[in-house]
Amino acid sequence: MPSQTHVTTTINGEPVQFLCEPRQSLLECLRDILGMTGTKEGCNDGNCGACTVVFDGRIVTSCLVLGVEAQGKEISTIEGIARGNRLHPLQQAFLENAALQCGICTPGFIVAAKALLDQEREPSEERIRFWLANNLCRCTGYDKIVRAVEQAAAVSKQEAAR
Amino acid sequence: MSAKAYSVIGTRPIRHDGADKVTGRALYGADFTAAGLLHGAILRSPHAHARIKRIDISRALAYPGVKAVITSADFPEAAERTVDMGEGDTPLSYARGNVLAIDKALYRGHAVAAVAAASLHVAEEAAALIEVEYEPLGCVLTAPEAMLETAPQLHEGKSNLASQFQHVLGDAAKGFAEADVVVEREFNTATVHQGYIEPHNATALWNNDGRVHIWCSTQGSFVVRDCTAIILDIPVSQVKVTPMEIGGGFGGKIPVYLEPVAALLSKKTGRPVKIVMTRKDCFEATGPTPGSFMRVKIGAMKDGRITAAQAYLAFEAGAYPGAMVGPAGMTVFAAYDIPNAVIDGFDVVVNKPSTAAYRAPGAPNAAFATESVIDELAQKLGIDPLEFRLKNAAKEGTRRVDGPKFRRIGCVEVLEAMKNHPHYSAPLGGPNRGRGVAIGFWFNVGLQSSATLNVNADGTVNLVEGSTDIGGTRTSIAMQAAEVLGIPVADVNPSVVDTDTVGFTAVTGGSRTTFATGWAAYEAAQDVVRQMKERAAKLWEIDATAVSFDAGVFTSGERKLTFKELADRLPATGGPIVGRATVNPPGVGGSFAGNIVDVEVDPETGKTSILRFTAVQDVGKAIHPSYVEGQIQGGSVQGIGWALNEEYYMGADGTMMNSSFLDYRMPTALDLPMIDTCIVEVANPGHPFGVRGVGEANIVPPTPAIANAIQRATGVRMTRLPMSPPAIMEALWRESSSQRSSGN
Ligand code: FES
Ligand code: FES
Repeated sequence: MPSQTHVTTTINGEPVQFLCEPRQSLLECLRDILGMTGTKEGCNDGNCGACTVVFDGRIVTSCLVLGVEAQGKEISTIEGIARGNRLHPLQQAFLENAALQCGICTPGFIVAAKALLDQEREPSEERIRFWLANNLCRCTGYDKIVRAVEQAAAVSKQEAAR
Repeated sequence: MSAKAYSVIGTRPIRHDGADKVTGRALYGADFTAAGLLHGAILRSPHAHARIKRIDISRALAYPGVKAVITSADFPEAAERTVDMGEGDTPLSYARGNVLAIDKALYRGHAVAAVAAASLHVAEEAAALIEVEYEPLGCVLTAPEAMLETAPQLHEGKSNLASQFQHVLGDAAKGFAEADVVVEREFNTATVHQGYIEPHNATALWNNDGRVHIWCSTQGSFVVRDCTAIILDIPVSQVKVTPMEIGGGFGGKIPVYLEPVAALLSKKTGRPVKIVMTRKDCFEATGPTPGSFMRVKIGAMKDGRITAAQAYLAFEAGAYPGAMVGPAGMTVFAAYDIPNAVIDGFDVVVNKPSTAAYRAPGAPNAAFATESVIDELAQKLGIDPLEFRLKNAAKEGTRRVDGPKFRRIGCVEVLEAMKNHPHYSAPLGGPNRGRGVAIGFWFNVGLQSSATLNVNADGTVNLVEGSTDIGGTRTSIAMQAAEVLGIPVADVNPSVVDTDTVGFTAVTGGSRTTFATGWAAYEAAQDVVRQMKERAAKLWEIDATAVSFDAGVFTSGERKLTFKELADRLPATGGPIVGRATVNPPGVGGSFAGNIVDVEVDPETGKTSILRFTAVQDVGKAIHPSYVEGQIQGGSVQGIGWALNEEYYMGADGTMMNSSFLDYRMPTALDLPMIDTCIVEVANPGHPFGVRGVGEANIVPPTPAIANAIQRATGVRMTRLPMSPPAIMEALWRESSSQRSSGN
């Protein structure tokens, strides 16, 4: 068995340690070692966005990050988006707008869209489409996804105003 | 139009599996794990056509961490016979051969051997150590070439032309003689892939009691059960399939690829084995939709009446027979009432992966040809393209060239909705722009479904069904039960279960799930109502026929019990109630779809931008309008990708040069505008709620609608898919040089 490296990191605000081979991607570590299968694999080469996570404040495709690179970093995944028992406005908006069909792309879209809304209050349709262009969805044609993000932006704005 | 007032049908509830799917909790096939799990990897052929002379697995087997290596020699002995893999008779050797190559590799990526090991990395490394001696053979990649006498033969002793058919109606020669204008053109379409985001996957455990348990992402768990049993030569009762959540299929997740292999590896190791395809494997070794060569000729009189039509359809089946040319022949002229027609279809094997269904399989190819010719005819006759179509539109009673007469259909209603849509008369506003229209037809299927409903004491019901849910069908099925029971849809709790737990249910495909499994749920709910009436009758000491039921309330004269009240009294009146139903519905209703599309073509680069897209579809009855719109939008965008970018870009040696999502360019959010939908509801008399099925017809019109728009924007008629920027530039250059030379 190839030797393993000890990694100490933070995932969704919780301290986490794991052992992995240096060649294993962060996606593999999340899914196969930590059992966090909410992050999906669609291509394993950076071209579908299903594996999107936030890595020290930036969205990355976790299939293109090595697990060992997580050392000392802060990672957020789809499992950390809901607020306890309450869905995040994006999650709620995806459901209300029927923005998922098969749902395999959904975690990646929600993680990516949240990163957008965390930094921009009122992104335009064009901006949303540009931001999400690395996330492929084959089921929806994106229409309802874009609308869901627009709705979530509006809801978040209202919440912030309260 | 259906005017009946419903309380649940037509509303937009949040799907039952929604919370799981937005939180990452839903478990898809690749998310499955089990104690002692081994990982499988598959060695694939680097040649598009080669004889396999020798396979040496010894080095792989000796590699640390490897538990088993298999080849097709590990299939149990079985005499050659024809088997039913769900699409008619197939030789067993073909069914097995596509899973693990027997004697020959027939396409690049063809599975040759498989390894099970403690980790995926080890399995992949070991697979690379398997030594295969190939004798490369010449390869053939298109139908017209494969039909030549001189072409390399894929299956020894058998022609590459696997089958052919002809449909004839009236007298085409006479019809063309009567025509004032005749247009004939040749069309080519590239192989394209369904492009589901989730790769194929399967985990199998060949248990110590001899039973095989499979967990996978599939459109049809019973198909997986039956096909795996056939391939492994074991009784279906020995296979249990648990369908995991599925990340898209579009027809491509009907065939089995990995399940029998994982099962054989499990048999050898005594441990569960999981195999997940790479994206490259998905492109190179699963069933895309056929590339095609087509010739379509249509003649019409000056007044716009079509007098005759002729189609020649040659489709690439891939390595094994079964190109979707049959459905292409059924749909190619289905939108029109044509008195005289001939359709010839050819199913041709080539050295590409064995094709599978893709959303209305065969119909988009055929419609690209027909609807382009129809557009050109309308132009030549000086008739508005929608008026021309309306003049010839198929109606109830119209006979299709392949035989059947249409029952009530919505072709005219779709065309009228297009004509009346504000998009059709909106100004285009700019140079290099064009507006195109096209329509398309898909017949939809019925097939078998089962459902049971268990009544809970609190007045809710648990719905058990076997249709894997790819786009919200748990909810669209539950809604039909809720409507019958007069309870909120949130009070119906649907579960998609394994093949041991529910009655036979055919694939989630053919736009059948909301239609047929929905119908099963409807009937199961009727069964619940029937039994509950008996309980009410028992309580009231009257005859069951004296109990009526409406909007969730049982009544007899002054006496009244709500569904919930009565549900609470089941233990006292005889025990639990289970409603059950199975259906195999004959009343399938075909669906028509139409597009209005505005494009802008950049004359410098040949890039086509979709400015506005309107998709109209007759769905019979929209059970959950949001999911109906979603199907229409999704199919439309797949059609846009097919039209503008997607293709298997093949090297002469049969290598797919673009087997990644980077190079196989599917539409992104940034490539598209909003997709406007317009739902037409011409109720299907063959379904209790009028449902026709909505999943497929929407992918049929986009390619010709876009071709027609490009023609109007540039003056150039594109007869090849995809209409990618280089293809458009070439066509523009050809056009301008031919204009120059004719000007001299
Ligand atoms: S799996 Fe990482 S981008 Fe596709
Ligand atoms: S919902 Fe299926 S890929 Fe997006």
